[in-house]
Amino acid sequence: MSPAPLMRLAARSAWARRLTLGVTLVAIMLSTALLLCVERVRADARQSFTQSVSGVDLVVGARTGSVQLMLYAVFHAGAASNNIDWKSFEILATHPAVDWALPLSLGDSHRGFAVLGTTPEYFKRFSYGEHQALAFRAGAPFAKVFDTVIGSEAAAKLGYKLGDKITLSHGIGSANLQEHGDKPFQVVGILEPTGTPVDRTIHVSLEAITALHLDWFAGAPVKGVSIPQDLVSKFDLKPKEITAALVGLKRRSDVFRMQRFVNEFRGEPLLGVLPGVALDELWQTIGLVERTLFAVSVLVIIVGLAGLVATMLASLNERRRELAILRALGAGPADIFLMLAAEGLLVTTLGAALGAAMLTVVSAVFAPWLLEHLGVLLVPRLLSVAELYLLCGVIITGMLASLVPGWRAWRMSLADGLTPRS
Amino acid sequence: MSTHAIVLDDLRFRWPGQAGWCLDIPRLEVAAGESIFLHGPSGSGKSTLLGILGGVALPQRGRVCVLGNELTQMNSGARDRLRASHIGFLFQQFNLLPWLSAIDNVLLPCTFSPTRKARASVAHDVRQEAERLLSQLDLTSSHWLKPAAELSVGQQQRVAAARALIGRPEIVIADEPTSALDAERQQIFIDLLLREISQESSVGGGKTTLVFVSHDQRLASRFDRTIDLCEVNRAMQAEAGMEQA
Repeated sequence: MSPAPLMRLAARSAWARRLTLGVTLVAIMLSTALLLCVERVRADARQSFTQSVSGVDLVVGARTGSVQLMLYAVFHAGAASNNIDWKSFEILATHPAVDWALPLSLGDSHRGFAVLGTTPEYFKRFSYGEHQALAFRAGAPFAKVFDTVIGSEAAAKLGYKLGDKITLSHGIGSANLQEHGDKPFQVVGILEPTGTPVDRTIHVSLEAITALHLDWFAGAPVKGVSIPQDLVSKFDLKPKEITAALVGLKRRSDVFRMQRFVNEFRGEPLLGVLPGVALDELWQTIGLVERTLFAVSVLVIIVGLAGLVATMLASLNERRRELAILRALGAGPADIFLMLAAEGLLVTTLGAALGAAMLTVVSAVFAPWLLEHLGVLLVPRLLSVAELYLLCGVIITGMLASLVPGWRAWRMSLADGLTPRS
Repeated sequence: MSTHAIVLDDLRFRWPGQAGWCLDIPRLEVAAGESIFLHGPSGSGKSTLLGILGGVALPQRGRVCVLGNELTQMNSGARDRLRASHIGFLFQQFNLLPWLSAIDNVLLPCTFSPTRKARASVAHDVRQEAERLLSQLDLTSSHWLKPAAELSVGQQQRVAAARALIGRPEIVIADEPTSALDAERQQIFIDLLLREISQESSVGGGKTTLVFVSHDQRLASRFDRTIDLCEVNRAMQAEAGMEQA
């Protein structure tokens, strides 16, 4: 029999069983959406992680492991084992191959959020993702010593707005930290979300870091000495040390020459790291979670398709007479097989398509939430190539799975002939 | 063209995995246009014989000739097409696809066979032909668009009869079509079926052959000839012989 009317019959038969098939369809839709969501969040988390800095050619710090340097310089996690002398930074910054260099000074915190001392140029030079520059949701870069610019997540979690006064703590963590209570800062700028550690950072000027520690020695306030906030400008606030530096080169091709220059620096042992390479390396070490998540969602797909096969096999017993009638009307076993396979393919394709549509809706709805709470920046798009491959994978697997009920119906119709033995 | 609609010659059939023959018929002929009452108790191989005539089962030995076509020499696709175009089937009950309307059930053979579609649309279009058959079988237009599942058993059987007759197949095979009906309705149904078959024959030139299978011998008098499967099928005689011994 010609395929078109046969497919029409298959569709009408499926429509008659729309409730059970509908439930199966929803299961396939949800599992497809889950698989695609995991893939999308995974890809974009990787993307926003490995693009936490962009346009930076070298990250420079005291000699240590490259992963450790990335952890504290970019993610502000952990502490530097050593600092860099300001003189070394000046030599680096004035090197002829260097276009710009941003000093980073870390070590203080505010209610769990890292404090970064840097220059106002940071807000102009620092970029992330596909060379996206930092943008201000409100306010402007710091101009005075005790001004601060805070990241979006820090602002949201702590509920800060422009003009609020905050005090910093010495050290990182939350318990028993010494307060720099005598020198409060004023919030002058709040940044837009970026999906990078910038969102969780309190930015202050390098001079502020020096000023905070004027009356400190060896990590603790000096007893009996207290320099009031309005007098700090009388002191030389030029930093003596910084934690790390971000370096941009005039020509990218100079990067390995410059890295060698840093690694063989005469004044003190330094380490220069190419951020893209190091971030990839870092992602590999934390990629286990990602792979586990992916494996789980593949299992969910398999469960969904197994449900389809089970539903179709169960319906075969009820449909035995229907198939015998079609046989009597002239349908061959191959026609019966095709009808069943087509039904399975229809349900999987429809389920997969709805799952993809659901992904688009869900990712549009939850993108701001993900960025706000998990720091994952979802790139708005219909389907990536990898997602398309997954979708095809689901459909092909569904097609293969529907061969099982198709084959069973074939066998059944051969054994039954015109009169089902039931 | 052979004057016989059906010829069985030295036919033997055994189900896979079974020791003895299920059918062992030396010779059986049904002339074109004949109406046959095929009678036999359950287990006498009626359903198997119908499966062989329909081309869904093949005998291990012997010849089956349907409308001059030697079924054992044809591939399964050709047998499927022969069945679709030239044989109308009518079963005990649950003949219809419950999710199609009555009229769509009647039209099914026309989607499976271009031959029957062409024959059904000689005078008017196929839909009108289906409506005409349904009317002839005493089903008023209010039933035509109802889903088959909502019709009574008697109505369903009449829809099934219309489906077996549409496109004037040369052979109509009815397998206990009245066993789900009460005695009165059985008579009415057989009247309608026979009347319709003789009318179709008068319109279409060639006479329609009817093979009516039943275990109820009271119905036999309405047909040209009665065949007792127990007499024809030597496998049954052998079995009976063994039981007596």
